[in-house]
Amino acid sequence: MSRYQDVIIAGFGGQGVMLIGNLLAQAGMEHGLDVTFIPVYGAEMRGGTANCTVVMDEHAIGSPLVRRPLSTIILNQPSLEKFQPRLAEGGVQIVNSSLVEKSALEPQRRTVYIPVNDMAHRLGSVKMANMVALGAWLKATGALPPEAVRDAMHRVISQHYARLIPANVKALEAGYAFV
Amino acid sequence: MSDCLIKGNEAIAFGALDAGCRCYFGYPITPQNEIPEVLSALLPEAGGSFVQAESEVASINMVLGAGSCGIPAMTSSSSCGISLMQEGLSYMSGSHIPGVIVNMSRGGPGLGDIGPSQGDYFQAVKGGGHGDHRSLVLAPATAQECYDMMFRAFELAFKYRNPVMVLGDAIVGQIKEPVLRRPPADAPGAAGLEERAADWRLEGYGRRGPDATPRLLKSVYLAEGALAARNRLLQEKYEAMKAETSVACTDVDDADLVVVAFGSIGRIAGSAVRLLRAEGCKVGLLRPVTLFPFPEAALQQLAKQGKRFLVIEQNLGQMIEDVRLAVRGIADAAWHGVMPGLFIGADALLDPIRDALREI
Amino acid sequence: MTMTEDLLAPRPDEELVFDANPVQADRITHYCPGCHHGIAHRLVTEVLHEMGVAPQTILVASVGCATFTYDYMLVDSVEAPHGRASAVATGVKRARPDRIVYAYQGDGDMGSIGLAEALHAANRGERITVIFVNNTVYGMTGGQMAPTTLLGQKTTTTPKGRNMATEGAPLRMSELMAQLDGVIYAERCALNTVRNIRAAKKAIRKAFEVQRAGLGYSFVELLSGCPTNWHMDPVAANERIGKDMIPVFPLGVYKDATGGRPDGAAKEADHE
Repeated sequence: MSRYQDVIIAGFGGQGVMLIGNLLAQAGMEHGLDVTFIPVYGAEMRGGTANCTVVMDEHAIGSPLVRRPLSTIILNQPSLEKFQPRLAEGGVQIVNSSLVEKSALEPQRRTVYIPVNDMAHRLGSVKMANMVALGAWLKATGALPPEAVRDAMHRVISQHYARLIPANVKALEAGYAFV
Repeated sequence: MSDCLIKGNEAIAFGALDAGCRCYFGYPITPQNEIPEVLSALLPEAGGSFVQAESEVASINMVLGAGSCGIPAMTSSSSCGISLMQEGLSYMSGSHIPGVIVNMSRGGPGLGDIGPSQGDYFQAVKGGGHGDHRSLVLAPATAQECYDMMFRAFELAFKYRNPVMVLGDAIVGQIKEPVLRRPPADAPGAAGLEERAADWRLEGYGRRGPDATPRLLKSVYLAEGALAARNRLLQEKYEAMKAETSVACTDVDDADLVVVAFGSIGRIAGSAVRLLRAEGCKVGLLRPVTLFPFPEAALQQLAKQGKRFLVIEQNLGQMIEDVRLAVRGIADAAWHGVMPGLFIGADALLDPIRDALREI
Repeated sequence: MTMTEDLLAPRPDEELVFDANPVQADRITHYCPGCHHGIAHRLVTEVLHEMGVAPQTILVASVGCATFTYDYMLVDSVEAPHGRASAVATGVKRARPDRIVYAYQGDGDMGSIGLAEALHAANRGERITVIFVNNTVYGMTGGQMAPTTLLGQKTTTTPKGRNMATEGAPLRMSELMAQLDGVIYAERCALNTVRNIRAAKKAIRKAFEVQRAGLGYSFVELLSGCPTNWHMDPVAANERIGKDMIPVFPLGVYKDATGGRPDGAAKEADHE
């Protein structure tokens, strides 16, 4: 079975979209896969959604961009509106129920509807909502073992914030356990 | 693990540093800012010089100055800034001065946008500056190639005493990928490059012994016949550069249709070709790695084998002209353009390739 | 040994008191009769010779009448595009920080098309020397208005004379340079009289000493005559410098931030 996986991660600027994209790519690389991470910037940087695409494969990756992603991590309402219609048939979306209306979800989609903000808040800081979402994504896709992501945190999170890693690991595990 | 996950722009900076770049001169512009940012920190530490210039006009002329001393020097910019450098590039070609120019291009014309585009193809490969100036042009498609190509770029710049341009775009510059930061075993390094300039570099004639005479690097030739002789020399140089032509081919041997695409569109087309192969389509990919010299011979050879061509590029039709020239009299080439500024995936190229296959 | 050298060689009872300056080429220049580039070239090359630095020196030539400077100054040289000499000199100096690097630029080259490069090289305090020849016209292209053209001065592009309301006033480079922290030495000299020429040589020496000491950017402006494009004979051109130019471009040291470090300081009193 192919280990090809791709994901578009989208949310407001400041929700840590780029951080978990980087983290996932780093973990994939350390797990022996080829990976690409690409931020999509432009007008969307201001006010709308920030998003990035991560692709992982056991072969050399051609296109780092995907029109119809196999999975998405949706951290806010505008991102759902933009990316839900593009989700590939049979794909899975991780949707932040803390900020996204349930009525907006297309019922035929495979959706993990998870209150990542509330869960992160209970774990100590809403800033870790991105990690909760990534944990849920890891479980829902089975793309990588959570340990790979946990270990990669030491390379992606700067020395200055290293003390926050244990809490982020807990957030990742909570998301993983939710699914 | 020696792999690092870095942006194409960062790979350019590390590649330049490891290849022996001693001087960087540049002016900020998106989407290439990681290149000066990394080099501003690392180049002085390595004993080199970093200058944030007042403009791209100044940047390229600083490269000209450092290059005239036989010191490996570079600049980087994006489209609009590269337009401003064209005069300096022409002078460098005319004066036989080496230097490396990175263009992480953006959408145009004018201020355009900061999305992906291949609209600078003509400017890069047809000279861009006035007179019969040419730059040797390399087109990376991955962050690893960004790193590796900097070695090649400096080596070729010193081999031919000519500007070498590395032409990427927003995707190649901004993508993060695993990069093995490993200099090629035969890389000459700064000292090796400088040694290759021993016969012509400016250094103060006193460095060349008691009987040395001053050297002069210039592009003005007013005496009767002098400019003709100079241009003949340039023509020979551009001709000799053909030995550096390189391509990356996949699945072309049994292909009926060969997709021709470079840079990031080349890698995206590569994904499309792989998907179509899985459907049983006899399609392959030829990705020019050097854009000047252009891989005419490789295309001619494929044309003689009866293959057809589809050029895919993110502009309004530029490389298609060179492909058609290469295969003229043997085959025709179809064209599919992607509008500058769009971010596309492989799926966007499936139907255009299927359509071209049907027309065979 | 040639006949000429035989004839010129001092006899045992003679003392050699003056000899050709070996940094200046022994050839006829392309400059017009009465042009001051020749004097400027001689002063620069004499200074390089007297300092003993010519073998370690790199010249950046500009575009204009001074394009062919390298034919007369016998040092390693590179040609810069029009206006870019200060940027090219920046690149040369950054590549070879232990050499003497200077640019020789005219008023159109430095004050107009290359003003950004000139001011920023100065402001960065590049350890270079720039010799700025101000003769108030574009000479090579046939006498068009320069940034330094005087008000009322007729040129081929100001046929009725330069008008403040439409062309603005003459640009004063030495005054501009003096405002910049990177500039260690800036002096304006003139090449119209023997006394001024001697002061100019001292200024050029000082400028190169500033560079040799690694103190920063040094600048010497030379008010020069262009009889051809001024439509004057050389004597009248010299008189014009004193009568019309110096009142607009006063001579003197505009900046000396050496703190007395390198020797050979010129003083205002040296000029007429």
